[in-house]
Amino acid sequence: MIPDLGKYQGAVLSAYAISLLLITVTVALSLWRARVVKQQLNDAEARAKQAPDTH
Amino acid sequence: MSIWKYANPTQFMRTTRWLLPWLSALAILSVGTGLIWGFFFTPDDFRQGSTVKIIYLHVPSALMAINAWLMMLVTSLIWLIRRHHVSALLARAAAPVGLVMTLIALITGGIWGQPMWGTYWAWDPRLTSFLILFLFYLGYIALWQAVETQDTAADLTSVLCLVGSVFALLSRYAVNFWNQGLHQGTSVPVATGGRTVSDVFFVPLLISMAGFGLMFVVLVLLRTRTEIRARRLQALLARERAAS
Repeated sequence: MIPDLGKYQGAVLSAYAISLLLITVTVALSLWRARVVKQQLNDAEARAKQAPDTH
Repeated sequence: MSIWKYANPTQFMRTTRWLLPWLSALAILSVGTGLIWGFFFTPDDFRQGSTVKIIYLHVPSALMAINAWLMMLVTSLIWLIRRHHVSALLARAAAPVGLVMTLIALITGGIWGQPMWGTYWAWDPRLTSFLILFLFYLGYIALWQAVETQDTAADLTSVLCLVGSVFALLSRYAVNFWNQGLHQGTSVPVATGGRTVSDVFFVPLLISMAGFGLMFVVLVLLRTRTEIRARRLQALLARERAAS
């Protein structure tokens, strides 16, 4: 499956593994924070609607 | 139709909501195609062997590391001149993505450099300016975190971004200024159009570059939407505290 990379196999595979890991972590963290903040905002907006108007 | 209407957070959220799924699909498709084509279906270089396959990660990430900072420069200038909050948040959202792109460029460059140059690192003009750019990204992110007042943080980080732009440009053109470095000149010169890369390597490289560009746009839009929501959340929480 993996092409014959010869004597540079370690270098090429480690470059791909580290890069893909960093990209995956960045995407995952961005999605996770997006979800958390959206949920917190929805909760805060719901509380704001329920609160009596003091103005 | 004016571009400034997207400075309105509501308009920005509305537009990016339908744009993001399409851009995400395009980014996944192009990054996947570029990397799979480059890794599995390109031959070894007659001089560099299989290490040439690192080009599909190294060049696109280095390109985006510089372009991310230049995009931050533009949005920072817009903030300083026109005071549009979305532009400041775009710069803030782009910084961590640019940092990761710089890190990938530095790591893959080191891994590629070891078998080709005999060393992971040299104090070469391009490598050194890239390391400084990496430190500027760290400083920029830390400054946003350190200053509590959002507008003041946006002002200070915008000034830092202007200063760091010197190194972003230097990392692109360093090989033209100094000849003593190990790093080669660009293989795909945009200005002259003459390139030294064969089509068999260039086509997947081009797709990979487009993919990394799209991935950057998707991540920045997603993160900017989060920053806009976080700012609205802060305002609501402050109102709750004031009422209690």
